[in-house]
Amino acid sequence: MAGHEMAAGKDITGMSSQESLSPVHRPSSQQHEASPCCIPRPFIQTEDLNVYYKKNPALEGVSLTLNAGCLTTLVGPSGCGKTSLLMSLNRLTDLIPFCRVTGKIRLGVLDVLSRQTDVIRLRRRVGMIFQKPNPFPLSIFKNLAFPLREHGIKDRGEVARIIEESLRDVGLWDEVKDRLNEPALGLSGGQQQRLCIARAIALNPEALLMDEPCSALDPLSSGIVEDLILKLRGRYTILIVTHNLAQARRIADYAAFFWMEKGSGRMIEYGPALQIFETPKEALTTAYVNGVRG
Amino acid sequence: MYSALVNKKEWFSTLVVWMAAALVTAAFLWLLGDIIRYGFGQLSWQFLTTPPRNAGREGGIGPILVSTGLILFVCLVVAIPIGLGTAILLAEFTTEEKNFGRLIRRSLDVLAGVPSIVFGLFGSAFFCNILGFGFSILSGGLTLACMVLPILIRSTEVGLRSVPSDYRLSAAALGLSPIATLRQILLPAAIPGLLVGLILGSGRAIAETAALIFTSGYVDRMPTSFLDSGRALSIHIFDLSMNIPGGNKTAYSSALVLMVLILLMNGITSWLAMRWQQARISLV
Repeated sequence: MAGHEMAAGKDITGMSSQESLSPVHRPSSQQHEASPCCIPRPFIQTEDLNVYYKKNPALEGVSLTLNAGCLTTLVGPSGCGKTSLLMSLNRLTDLIPFCRVTGKIRLGVLDVLSRQTDVIRLRRRVGMIFQKPNPFPLSIFKNLAFPLREHGIKDRGEVARIIEESLRDVGLWDEVKDRLNEPALGLSGGQQQRLCIARAIALNPEALLMDEPCSALDPLSSGIVEDLILKLRGRYTILIVTHNLAQARRIADYAAFFWMEKGSGRMIEYGPALQIFETPKEALTTAYVNGVRG
Repeated sequence: MYSALVNKKEWFSTLVVWMAAALVTAAFLWLLGDIIRYGFGQLSWQFLTTPPRNAGREGGIGPILVSTGLILFVCLVVAIPIGLGTAILLAEFTTEEKNFGRLIRRSLDVLAGVPSIVFGLFGSAFFCNILGFGFSILSGGLTLACMVLPILIRSTEVGLRSVPSDYRLSAAALGLSPIATLRQILLPAAIPGLLVGLILGSGRAIAETAALIFTSGYVDRMPTSFLDSGRALSIHIFDLSMNIPGGNKTAYSSALVLMVLILLMNGITSWLAMRWQQARISLV
């Protein structure tokens, strides 16, 4: 953690200090109360967000406020637009042919969907972890060094320092320090996923989007990655899609429940995780979290 | 009874498949055997290095080898960058559905099917006359480049498309530019596809006759510039066997040299592709 605070202090994103996040720690005694992790400070806000593929709406009318430093989980059945929401937050939807996003997304003061937004900088501020671990077909070292260099960190010592720090943060350093030049694809699935997380946090993002980060892993690796995500909570604003309700209960500060309605994905209920999982307001949410539907 | 019938059917279809394979192999072996039998005798270092004498009935194929190499060089120097650029455009910046990409792809498929004599006439009209390069190695190489491009582009495009799109998505999510992604991730992964295109393309180029007759010409002197006319190996073989009575012996030897060259090129390129992949797996 001490290592990270050093990294947070160094201004590699060129952000103003107001925009950058200070690590927020969660008071353990107040777990899962009304504002579970911290004083709620809105960081990512969506307003009437819609995502269309060609003419078909995948997600409609989502207004959601994610608090800085908190871990929010998106739950709901497949096909109700959770991944579309995630991908619109860092404008990865730009890469999907015929995909259109309308509405408003704000990241701090940045208007994400504006034409003027520099998506390269946006994606540096908002890292993403995918369901399938996807390290590049390069060495372990290069997997982290290549994005850093592309983002203008050329000093060898600095690159090596950030790489070591990131790998330590994800608990991978001791496992790979003697074989940094070996191919990343030779690592196990769980190690690859942690490498991908290290690759994302090496760029010192403010938010992390995770799309079912544990679902392609065996139970043991999944547990390790889950512990890692818990460790990262507070440092980053985390938005995580998961189908594992038990996991969502264990790790989330806030939860949003999505469901397919009238031919498109909609957000049914959003609130503190405890409320969503224990005393949901909507009947649909109750049915889903109790395993009656979905 | 039933199983006997099935066995009989099996036996018959097995026989048909084997016969077909044997027929193809036999035709190739016959051709190869014939060429080696009649061509190997005259083969020597001297044959490979000296100029032809007495219209090619005697002497060697030195200048012809040099011309062939130069024509192939011009062809590849022009075709590789254009091919690579077009393949990148097709695979990375257009989608299957877009009309622009579809137009280029259709044109390439048509070009790939155009008989080489048509390329020859086009090259003669465009490079030799309109651009004024005359009968020259340059004209021949450029004509061959036009011929090889469709093959090179399509196989490189296939190579690029076969790179999992996960890489593109994760690279974009890390805020990497499309160009950086292309340079560091996609192109290295597509190199084997490019090499396959190169093998097929240069194989077609080095064995080409019709496209070269009207462009690079017949002259069998040692070329001193790209604007000199130069006789390619395949044209030499054609000329010896068609127009020169008593030229069969040297024609056979030249054909043997050409076959060995093509086999060598195939071998070296696949070896390179293999080495490249191994190097990438253990690369720093």
